[in-house]
Amino acid sequence: MKRICLVLVGLYLILLSSFAQTKPSQDSIEYKSRKLVLEEVNFVSSYYHQDGNNSSVTGGIGTQKLSDFANIIDIKFAKYDKRYRKHTFTLEGGIDTYSSASSDKIDLTANSSASSHDIRYYPSVSWLVENDKKRTSFGINASASKEFDYQSFGLGISFSKKSIDNNREVGFKAQAYLDQVSLILPIELRTSSNSRGEHDDYPTSSRNSFSSSFTYSQIVNQKLQLLFLLDLAWQKGFLSLPFHRVYMNNNTVHSEVLPSSRFKIPIGLRANYFLGDKIVIRSFYRFYQDDWGLTSHSVDLETAIKITPFISVSPFYRYYRQSAIKYFEPYQSHLPADKYYTSNYDLSKFDSHFIGAGFRIAPPSGIFGNPHFSMIEIRYGHYLRSTNFNSNIISLNLKFK
Amino acid sequence: MIIKNSFYLLAIFLIMSFSFSSCTTVKAYQKGKLNDAEMVLGSRKIQKSEMSFQSYREGASGVNGGKTGGGCGCN
Repeated sequence: MKRICLVLVGLYLILLSSFAQTKPSQDSIEYKSRKLVLEEVNFVSSYYHQDGNNSSVTGGIGTQKLSDFANIIDIKFAKYDKRYRKHTFTLEGGIDTYSSASSDKIDLTANSSASSHDIRYYPSVSWLVENDKKRTSFGINASASKEFDYQSFGLGISFSKKSIDNNREVGFKAQAYLDQVSLILPIELRTSSNSRGEHDDYPTSSRNSFSSSFTYSQIVNQKLQLLFLLDLAWQKGFLSLPFHRVYMNNNTVHSEVLPSSRFKIPIGLRANYFLGDKIVIRSFYRFYQDDWGLTSHSVDLETAIKITPFISVSPFYRYYRQSAIKYFEPYQSHLPADKYYTSNYDLSKFDSHFIGAGFRIAPPSGIFGNPHFSMIEIRYGHYLRSTNFNSNIISLNLKFK
Repeated sequence: MIIKNSFYLLAIFLIMSFSFSSCTTVKAYQKGKLNDAEMVLGSRKIQKSEMSFQSYREGASGVNGGKTGGGCGCN
Protein backbone atom coordinates (compact mmCIF):
# COMPACT_ATOMS: atom_id res chain seq x y z
CA MET A 1 0.00 0.00 0.00
CA LYS A 2 2.81 2.33 1.00
CA ARG A 3 4.64 1.52 -2.20
CA ILE A 4 1.52 2.24 -4.34
CA CYS A 5 1.11 5.63 -2.60
CA LEU A 6 4.73 6.56 -3.24
CA VAL A 7 4.39 5.55 -6.90
CA LEU A 8 1.23 7.66 -7.23
CA VAL A 9 2.95 10.66 -5.60
CA GLY A 10 5.91 10.20 -7.96
CA LEU A 11 3.61 10.05 -11.01
CA TYR A 12 1.78 13.15 -9.80
CA LEU A 13 5.07 15.06 -9.45
CA ILE A 14 6.17 13.99 -12.95
CA LEU A 15 2.83 15.23 -14.28
CA LEU A 16 3.29 18.58 -12.57
CA SER A 17 6.81 19.08 -13.92
CA SER A 18 5.65 18.49 -17.51
CA PHE A 19 3.47 21.61 -17.17
CA ALA A 20 6.18 23.63 -15.36
CA GLN A 21 7.57 25.04 -18.61
CA THR A 22 5.41 28.02 -19.47
CA LYS A 23 5.65 30.19 -22.54
CA PRO A 24 7.73 33.29 -21.85
CA SER A 25 5.45 36.32 -21.68
CA GLN A 26 5.94 38.76 -24.52
CA ASP A 27 6.97 41.58 -22.20
CA SER A 28 9.35 39.56 -20.00
CA ILE A 29 12.37 41.60 -18.90
CA GLU A 30 15.90 40.26 -18.70
CA TYR A 31 16.97 39.82 -15.09
CA LYS A 32 18.90 42.84 -13.76
CA SER A 33 20.70 42.72 -10.45
CA ARG A 34 19.46 45.18 -7.82
CA LYS A 35 22.82 45.20 -6.06
CA LEU A 36 25.02 48.25 -6.23
CA VAL A 37 27.88 47.32 -8.55
CA LEU A 38 31.07 49.10 -9.51
CA GLU A 39 30.59 49.80 -13.19
CA GLU A 40 33.63 51.78 -14.28
CA VAL A 41 36.72 53.62 -13.00
CA ASN A 42 38.60 56.20 -15.07
CA PHE A 43 41.98 57.78 -14.38
CA VAL A 44 42.83 60.83 -16.47
CA SER A 45 46.21 62.56 -16.16
CA SER A 46 47.36 65.55 -18.16
CA TYR A 47 50.51 67.63 -18.35
CA TYR A 48 50.16 71.12 -19.80
CA HIS A 49 52.86 73.70 -20.52
CA GLN A 50 52.43 77.14 -22.08
CA ASP A 51 54.58 80.15 -22.94
CA GLY A 52 54.01 83.62 -24.36
CA ASN A 53 54.85 87.28 -23.79
CA ASN A 54 51.56 88.99 -22.98
CA SER A 55 50.98 88.27 -19.32
CA SER A 56 47.90 90.02 -17.89
CA VAL A 57 49.52 90.06 -14.44
CA THR A 58 52.14 92.49 -15.78
CA GLY A 59 49.75 94.57 -17.90
CA GLY A 60 49.87 92.68 -21.21
CA ILE A 61 53.64 92.22 -21.38
CA GLY A 62 55.96 89.67 -19.80
CA THR A 63 56.24 85.93 -19.54
CA GLN A 64 53.18 83.65 -19.59
CA LYS A 65 55.18 80.55 -18.73
CA LEU A 66 53.01 78.06 -16.83
CA SER A 67 52.93 74.33 -16.17
CA ASP A 68 49.98 72.33 -14.90
CA PHE A 69 49.73 68.67 -13.88
CA ALA A 70 46.10 67.56 -13.61
CA ASN A 71 44.84 64.26 -12.23
CA ILE A 72 41.23 63.15 -12.18
CA ILE A 73 39.64 59.92 -10.98
CA ASP A 74 35.99 59.11 -11.50
CA ILE A 75 34.19 56.09 -10.11
CA LYS A 76 30.81 54.97 -11.39
CA PHE A 77 28.38 52.72 -9.47
CA ALA A 78 25.08 51.43 -10.81
CA LYS A 79 22.04 49.54 -9.54
CA TYR A 80 18.50 48.77 -10.66
CA ASP A 81 15.44 49.39 -8.52
CA LYS A 82 12.17 47.45 -8.26
CA ARG A 83 10.80 49.23 -11.33
CA TYR A 84 13.91 48.32 -13.40
CA ARG A 85 15.13 51.92 -13.46
CA LYS A 86 18.91 52.23 -13.60
CA HIS A 87 20.51 54.44 -10.96
CA THR A 88 24.05 55.60 -11.70
CA PHE A 89 26.17 57.29 -9.02
CA THR A 90 29.38 58.99 -10.13
CA LEU A 91 32.05 60.25 -7.74
CA GLU A 92 34.80 62.39 -9.21
CA GLY A 93 37.88 63.92 -7.64
CA GLY A 94 40.41 66.16 -9.36
CA ILE A 95 43.65 67.81 -8.30
CA ASP A 96 45.69 70.28 -10.36
CA THR A 97 49.20 71.35 -9.39
CA TYR A 98 50.40 74.36 -11.30
CA SER A 99 53.33 76.72 -11.31
CA SER A 100 53.15 80.10 -13.01
CA ALA A 101 55.90 82.57 -13.79
CA SER A 102 53.34 85.34 -14.35
CA SER A 103 51.40 84.76 -11.09
CA ASP A 104 54.79 85.07 -9.40
CA LYS A 105 54.77 88.72 -10.54
CA ILE A 106 51.83 89.71 -8.36
CA ASP A 107 54.62 90.92 -6.11
CA LEU A 108 57.11 92.52 -8.53
CA THR A 109 59.80 92.87 -5.88
CA ALA A 110 59.92 89.24 -4.72
CA ASN A 111 62.32 86.76 -6.37
CA SER A 112 59.76 84.05 -5.79
CA SER A 113 56.51 84.50 -3.92
CA ALA A 114 53.81 82.12 -2.64
CA SER A 115 51.71 82.95 -5.74
CA SER A 116 54.25 81.24 -8.03
CA HIS A 117 52.52 77.90 -7.52
CA ASP A 118 49.18 76.60 -6.30
CA ILE A 119 47.03 73.48 -5.99
CA ARG A 120 43.40 73.25 -7.06
CA TYR A 121 41.01 70.60 -5.70
CA TYR A 122 37.68 69.87 -7.42
CA PRO A 123 35.43 67.03 -6.25
CA SER A 124 31.94 66.34 -7.63
CA VAL A 125 29.09 63.84 -7.25
CA SER A 126 26.19 63.05 -9.56
CA TRP A 127 23.11 60.80 -9.60
CA LEU A 128 21.35 59.75 -12.80
CA VAL A 129 18.09 57.76 -13.05
CA GLU A 130 17.30 56.13 -16.41
CA ASN A 131 13.88 54.67 -17.19
CA ASP A 132 14.03 52.48 -20.32
CA LYS A 133 10.25 51.98 -20.32
CA LYS A 134 9.49 55.71 -20.45
CA ARG A 135 12.74 56.46 -22.37
CA THR A 136 13.63 59.24 -19.90
CA SER A 137 16.56 60.11 -17.70
CA PHE A 138 16.84 62.55 -14.82
CA GLY A 139 20.01 63.65 -13.02
CA ILE A 140 21.37 65.96 -10.36
CA ASN A 141 24.96 66.95 -9.60
CA ALA A 142 26.95 68.92 -7.06
CA SER A 143 30.53 70.14 -7.33
CA ALA A 144 33.15 72.21 -5.54
CA SER A 145 36.48 73.79 -6.45
CA LYS A 146 39.11 75.31 -4.20
CA GLU A 147 42.36 77.11 -5.01
CA PHE A 148 44.18 79.85 -3.15
CA ASP A 149 42.27 82.78 -4.64
CA TYR A 150 39.04 81.11 -5.83
CA GLN A 151 36.32 78.99 -4.27
CA SER A 152 33.31 77.54 -6.09
CA PHE A 153 30.16 75.53 -5.32
CA GLY A 154 28.04 74.18 -8.14
CA LEU A 155 24.60 72.55 -8.45
CA GLY A 156 22.89 71.20 -11.54
CA ILE A 157 19.96 69.19 -12.85
CA SER A 158 19.38 67.43 -16.16
CA PHE A 159 16.52 65.76 -18.02
CA SER A 160 16.29 63.95 -21.35
CA LYS A 161 13.70 62.00 -23.34
CA LYS A 162 14.05 59.74 -26.37
CA SER A 163 11.56 59.17 -29.16
CA ILE A 164 9.63 55.87 -29.44
CA ASP A 165 12.03 54.59 -32.11
CA ASN A 166 15.08 55.78 -30.06
CA ASN A 167 16.30 57.79 -33.07
CA ARG A 168 15.86 61.21 -31.44
CA GLU A 169 16.58 62.64 -28.01
CA VAL A 170 15.93 66.03 -26.46
CA GLY A 171 17.73 67.18 -23.34
CA PHE A 172 17.75 70.04 -20.89
CA LYS A 173 20.30 71.00 -18.21
CA ALA A 174 20.45 73.82 -15.69
CA GLN A 175 23.63 74.65 -13.78
CA ALA A 176 24.53 77.23 -11.13
CA TYR A 177 27.95 78.13 -9.71
CA LEU A 178 28.19 80.25 -6.57
CA ASP A 179 31.79 81.44 -6.41
CA GLN A 180 33.98 83.63 -4.21
CA VAL A 181 36.98 85.53 -5.64
CA SER A 182 39.73 86.54 -3.22
CA LEU A 183 40.65 90.17 -3.85
CA ILE A 184 44.43 89.86 -4.11
CA LEU A 185 45.70 93.11 -5.62
CA PRO A 186 49.16 93.66 -7.14
CA ILE A 187 51.58 94.52 -4.32
CA GLU A 188 51.98 98.19 -5.29
CA LEU A 189 48.20 98.80 -5.24
CA ARG A 190 47.62 97.46 -1.74
CA THR A 191 46.75 99.85 1.06
CA SER A 192 46.08 99.13 4.72
CA SER A 193 42.32 98.88 3.94
CA ASN A 194 42.50 96.32 1.10
CA SER A 195 45.29 94.07 2.29
CA ARG A 196 46.19 92.02 5.32
CA GLY A 197 49.56 90.75 4.06
CA GLU A 198 50.48 87.69 2.03
CA HIS A 199 49.58 85.00 4.54
CA ASP A 200 46.47 86.54 6.13
CA ASP A 201 42.85 86.43 4.92
CA TYR A 202 42.04 88.55 1.89
CA PRO A 203 38.65 90.19 1.36
CA THR A 204 36.41 88.31 -1.10
CA SER A 205 33.68 89.15 -3.59
CA SER A 206 31.02 86.91 -5.11
CA ARG A 207 30.76 85.72 -8.71
CA ASN A 208 27.58 83.79 -9.59
CA SER A 209 27.00 81.96 -12.87
CA PHE A 210 23.75 80.45 -14.15
CA SER A 211 23.39 78.49 -17.36
CA SER A 212 20.83 76.38 -19.17
CA SER A 213 21.57 73.93 -22.00
CA PHE A 214 19.25 72.53 -24.66
CA THR A 215 20.26 69.58 -26.81
CA TYR A 216 18.65 67.69 -29.68
CA SER A 217 20.22 64.56 -31.16
CA GLN A 218 19.08 62.91 -34.36
CA ILE A 219 20.09 59.65 -36.04
CA VAL A 220 20.04 60.42 -39.76
CA ASN A 221 20.90 56.95 -41.07
CA GLN A 222 22.97 53.90 -40.11
CA LYS A 223 26.22 55.88 -40.40
CA LEU A 224 25.42 59.49 -39.48
CA GLN A 225 24.15 61.17 -36.34
CA LEU A 226 23.86 64.83 -35.38
CA LEU A 227 23.67 66.81 -32.16
CA PHE A 228 22.47 70.40 -31.86
CA LEU A 229 23.35 72.37 -28.73
CA LEU A 230 22.33 75.73 -27.33
CA ASP A 231 23.49 77.26 -24.05
CA LEU A 232 22.28 80.42 -22.37
CA ALA A 233 24.59 81.67 -19.61
CA TRP A 234 24.52 84.70 -17.32
CA GLN A 235 27.20 85.73 -14.88
CA LYS A 236 26.91 88.36 -12.17
CA GLY A 237 29.35 89.73 -9.62
CA PHE A 238 33.10 90.31 -9.63
CA LEU A 239 33.98 89.15 -13.14
CA SER A 240 37.55 90.46 -13.43
CA LEU A 241 40.69 89.18 -11.68
CA PRO A 242 42.10 91.71 -9.18
CA PHE A 243 45.79 90.83 -9.73
CA HIS A 244 45.59 91.63 -13.46
CA ARG A 245 47.37 94.95 -14.01
CA VAL A 246 46.37 97.58 -16.56
CA TYR A 247 48.82 100.33 -17.52
CA MET A 248 47.13 103.46 -18.84
CA ASN A 249 48.59 105.73 -21.54
CA ASN A 250 49.68 108.16 -18.80
CA ASN A 251 51.89 105.45 -17.16
CA THR A 252 49.58 104.94 -14.16
CA VAL A 253 48.81 101.36 -13.11
CA HIS A 254 45.42 100.01 -12.07
CA SER A 255 43.76 96.71 -11.29
CA GLU A 256 41.60 95.32 -14.12
CA VAL A 257 37.94 96.50 -14.04
CA LEU A 258 35.22 94.70 -16.01
CA PRO A 259 31.38 94.96 -15.94
CA SER A 260 29.51 93.13 -13.19
CA SER A 261 27.33 91.12 -15.56
CA ARG A 262 27.90 89.05 -18.71
CA PHE A 263 25.40 87.24 -20.94
CA LYS A 264 26.70 84.46 -23.20
CA ILE A 265 25.11 82.51 -26.05
CA PRO A 266 27.07 79.62 -27.54
CA ILE A 267 25.37 77.43 -30.16
CA GLY A 268 26.92 74.27 -31.51
CA LEU A 269 26.56 71.40 -33.95
CA ARG A 270 28.21 67.97 -33.78
CA ALA A 271 28.18 65.50 -36.65
CA ASN A 272 29.71 62.01 -36.52
CA TYR A 273 29.93 59.90 -39.67
CA PHE A 274 31.18 56.33 -40.12
CA LEU A 275 32.99 56.34 -43.46
CA GLY A 276 33.35 52.84 -44.90
CA ASP A 277 34.32 50.26 -42.30
CA LYS A 278 37.41 51.78 -40.73
CA ILE A 279 37.10 55.58 -40.47
CA VAL A 280 34.96 57.70 -38.15
CA ILE A 281 34.79 61.43 -38.85
CA ARG A 282 33.93 63.54 -35.79
CA SER A 283 33.18 67.21 -36.39
CA PHE A 284 32.10 70.12 -34.22
CA TYR A 285 31.24 73.75 -34.92
CA ARG A 286 30.51 76.44 -32.32
CA PHE A 287 29.34 80.00 -32.77
CA TYR A 288 29.60 82.19 -29.65
CA GLN A 289 28.51 85.71 -28.82
CA ASP A 290 28.28 87.69 -25.59
CA ASP A 291 27.33 91.22 -24.50
CA TRP A 292 30.96 92.21 -23.92
CA GLY A 293 31.33 92.32 -27.70
CA LEU A 294 33.14 88.99 -28.13
CA THR A 295 32.16 86.87 -31.11
CA SER A 296 33.93 83.63 -31.94
CA HIS A 297 33.90 80.63 -34.26
CA SER A 298 35.36 77.26 -33.45
CA VAL A 299 35.73 74.30 -35.81
CA ASP A 300 36.97 70.86 -34.72
CA LEU A 301 37.70 67.95 -37.02
CA GLU A 302 38.89 64.55 -35.82
CA THR A 303 39.33 61.38 -37.87
CA ALA A 304 39.44 58.09 -35.97
CA ILE A 305 41.20 55.48 -38.11
CA LYS A 306 40.53 51.93 -36.94
CA ILE A 307 43.71 49.97 -37.51
CA THR A 308 41.90 46.97 -36.03
CA PRO A 309 38.38 46.92 -34.48
CA PHE A 310 40.03 47.61 -31.10
CA ILE A 311 42.95 49.91 -31.96
CA SER A 312 42.47 53.37 -33.41
CA VAL A 313 44.57 56.43 -34.22
CA SER A 314 42.82 59.82 -34.22
CA PRO A 315 44.55 62.86 -35.72
CA PHE A 316 42.66 66.10 -35.00
CA TYR A 317 42.67 69.79 -35.86
CA ARG A 318 40.85 72.70 -34.26
CA TYR A 319 40.64 76.25 -35.61
CA TYR A 320 39.41 79.05 -33.34
CA ARG A 321 38.89 82.71 -34.06
CA GLN A 322 37.59 85.45 -31.77
CA SER A 323 37.08 89.20 -31.80
CA ALA A 324 38.22 91.34 -28.86
CA ILE A 325 35.87 92.41 -26.11
CA LYS A 326 34.93 96.13 -26.03
CA TYR A 327 37.13 96.76 -22.98
CA PHE A 328 40.46 95.37 -24.21
CA GLU A 329 43.50 97.48 -25.10
CA PRO A 330 47.20 96.51 -25.15
CA TYR A 331 49.85 97.77 -22.75
CA GLN A 332 49.72 101.55 -22.12
CA SER A 333 46.83 102.09 -24.53
CA HIS A 334 43.88 102.61 -22.19
CA LEU A 335 42.65 106.11 -21.45
CA PRO A 336 42.46 107.15 -17.78
CA ALA A 337 38.79 108.07 -18.32
CA ASP A 338 37.82 104.51 -19.43
CA LYS A 339 35.18 103.01 -17.15
CA TYR A 340 36.11 99.37 -17.88
CA TYR A 341 39.60 98.22 -18.91
CA THR A 342 41.66 95.07 -19.33
CA SER A 343 44.93 94.07 -21.02
CA ASN A 344 44.18 90.35 -20.76
CA TYR A 345 45.15 88.90 -24.15
CA ASP A 346 42.77 85.95 -23.59
CA LEU A 347 40.02 88.52 -24.33
CA SER A 348 41.80 90.13 -27.31
CA LYS A 349 41.33 89.50 -31.02
CA PHE A 350 43.21 86.39 -32.18
CA ASP A 351 42.99 83.12 -33.99
CA SER A 352 44.49 79.82 -32.95
CA HIS A 353 45.30 76.35 -34.23
CA PHE A 354 45.27 73.21 -32.13
CA ILE A 355 46.66 70.12 -33.79
CA GLY A 356 47.52 66.67 -32.51
CA ALA A 357 46.66 62.99 -32.40
CA GLY A 358 45.33 60.33 -30.09
CA PHE A 359 45.92 56.60 -29.81
CA ARG A 360 43.34 54.26 -28.28
CA ILE A 361 43.43 50.55 -27.53
CA ALA A 362 40.43 48.65 -26.09
CA PRO A 363 40.69 44.87 -26.71
CA PRO A 364 37.69 42.75 -25.60
CA SER A 365 39.97 40.50 -23.53
CA GLY A 366 41.43 43.54 -21.73
CA ILE A 367 44.85 45.18 -21.69
CA PHE A 368 47.63 42.61 -21.06
CA GLY A 369 44.86 39.97 -20.88
CA ASN A 370 43.33 41.56 -17.76
CA PRO A 371 39.53 41.74 -18.38
CA HIS A 372 39.13 44.53 -15.79
CA PHE A 373 41.69 46.81 -17.48
CA SER A 374 39.56 47.68 -20.50
CA MET A 375 41.15 50.68 -22.24
CA ILE A 376 44.21 52.89 -22.63
CA GLU A 377 44.04 56.17 -24.50
CA ILE A 378 46.84 58.71 -24.97
CA ARG A 379 46.48 62.08 -26.69
CA TYR A 380 48.88 64.93 -27.54
CA GLY A 381 48.09 68.41 -28.83
CA HIS A 382 50.05 71.55 -29.78
CA TYR A 383 48.28 74.92 -29.50
CA LEU A 384 49.46 77.99 -31.40
CA ARG A 385 47.89 81.43 -31.02
CA SER A 386 48.42 84.48 -33.23
CA THR A 387 49.42 86.56 -30.17
CA ASN A 388 52.78 84.73 -29.95
CA PHE A 389 51.43 82.25 -27.45
CA ASN A 390 51.87 78.49 -27.63
CA SER A 391 51.23 75.47 -25.46
CA ASN A 392 51.50 71.69 -25.42
CA ILE A 393 49.32 69.16 -23.64
CA ILE A 394 49.62 65.41 -23.26
CA SER A 395 46.87 63.32 -21.63
CA LEU A 396 46.41 59.73 -20.57
CA ASN A 397 43.15 57.89 -19.81
CA LEU A 398 43.03 54.45 -18.18
CA LYS A 399 39.66 52.74 -17.92
CA PHE A 400 38.80 49.84 -15.63
CA LYS A 401 35.54 47.87 -15.57
CA MET B 1 27.45 92.44 -37.26
CA ILE B 2 23.78 91.52 -36.71
CA ILE B 3 23.42 90.54 -40.40
CA LYS B 4 26.61 88.44 -40.25
CA ASN B 5 25.54 86.64 -37.06
CA SER B 6 22.07 86.03 -38.53
CA PHE B 7 23.77 84.37 -41.51
CA TYR B 8 25.51 81.83 -39.26
CA LEU B 9 22.30 81.10 -37.37
CA LEU B 10 20.40 80.69 -40.67
CA ALA B 11 23.09 78.30 -41.93
CA ILE B 12 22.71 76.16 -38.82
CA PHE B 13 18.91 76.19 -39.18
CA LEU B 14 19.17 75.09 -42.85
CA ILE B 15 21.50 72.22 -41.91
CA MET B 16 18.97 71.16 -39.27
CA SER B 17 16.10 71.27 -41.80
CA PHE B 18 17.96 69.23 -44.44
CA SER B 19 19.01 66.64 -41.93
CA PHE B 20 15.43 66.19 -40.67
CA SER B 21 14.09 65.70 -44.21
CA SER B 22 16.63 62.96 -45.04
CA CYS B 23 16.28 60.98 -41.80
CA THR B 24 15.48 57.26 -41.91
CA THR B 25 14.33 55.18 -38.95
CA VAL B 26 17.21 53.00 -37.80
CA LYS B 27 16.24 49.91 -35.82
CA ALA B 28 18.24 48.66 -32.83
CA TYR B 29 19.85 45.76 -34.76
CA GLN B 30 21.03 48.22 -37.46
CA LYS B 31 22.94 50.43 -35.00
CA GLY B 32 26.19 48.51 -35.04
CA LYS B 33 28.20 51.43 -36.43
CA LEU B 34 26.27 54.10 -34.53
CA ASN B 35 27.04 52.34 -31.23
CA ASP B 36 30.79 52.32 -31.88
CA ALA B 37 32.79 54.01 -29.09
CA GLU B 38 34.26 56.50 -31.61
CA MET B 39 30.75 57.63 -32.63
CA VAL B 40 29.77 59.05 -29.24
CA LEU B 41 28.26 62.53 -29.67
CA GLY B 42 30.30 64.47 -27.17
CA SER B 43 33.74 65.14 -25.80
CA ARG B 44 35.62 62.22 -24.29
CA LYS B 45 37.05 62.11 -20.77
CA ILE B 46 40.61 62.45 -22.08
CA GLN B 47 39.65 65.87 -23.51
CA LYS B 48 38.68 67.30 -20.10
CA SER B 49 41.99 69.12 -19.51
CA GLU B 50 42.05 70.41 -23.10
CA MET B 51 38.61 72.01 -22.60
CA SER B 52 39.81 73.40 -19.30
CA PHE B 53 42.86 75.20 -20.77
CA GLN B 54 40.72 76.46 -23.67
CA SER B 55 38.22 78.02 -21.24
CA TYR B 56 41.13 79.78 -19.47
CA ARG B 57 42.98 80.93 -22.59
CA GLU B 58 39.99 81.88 -24.79
CA GLY B 59 37.06 84.24 -24.27
CA ALA B 60 34.38 81.79 -25.46
CA SER B 61 33.05 78.75 -23.64
CA GLY B 62 30.12 76.36 -23.64
CA VAL B 63 28.31 73.66 -25.72
CA ASN B 64 31.44 71.51 -25.78
CA GLY B 65 30.79 69.51 -22.62
CA GLY B 66 32.75 71.94 -20.45
CA LYS B 67 31.58 74.87 -18.35
CA THR B 68 29.80 77.82 -19.92
CA GLY B 69 30.91 80.06 -17.07
CA GLY B 70 31.89 79.91 -13.42
CA GLY B 71 33.34 77.06 -11.42
CA CYS B 72 36.90 78.32 -11.92
CA GLY B 73 38.90 81.53 -12.23
CA CYS B 74 38.54 81.30 -16.00
CA ASN B 75 36.73 83.39 -18.63
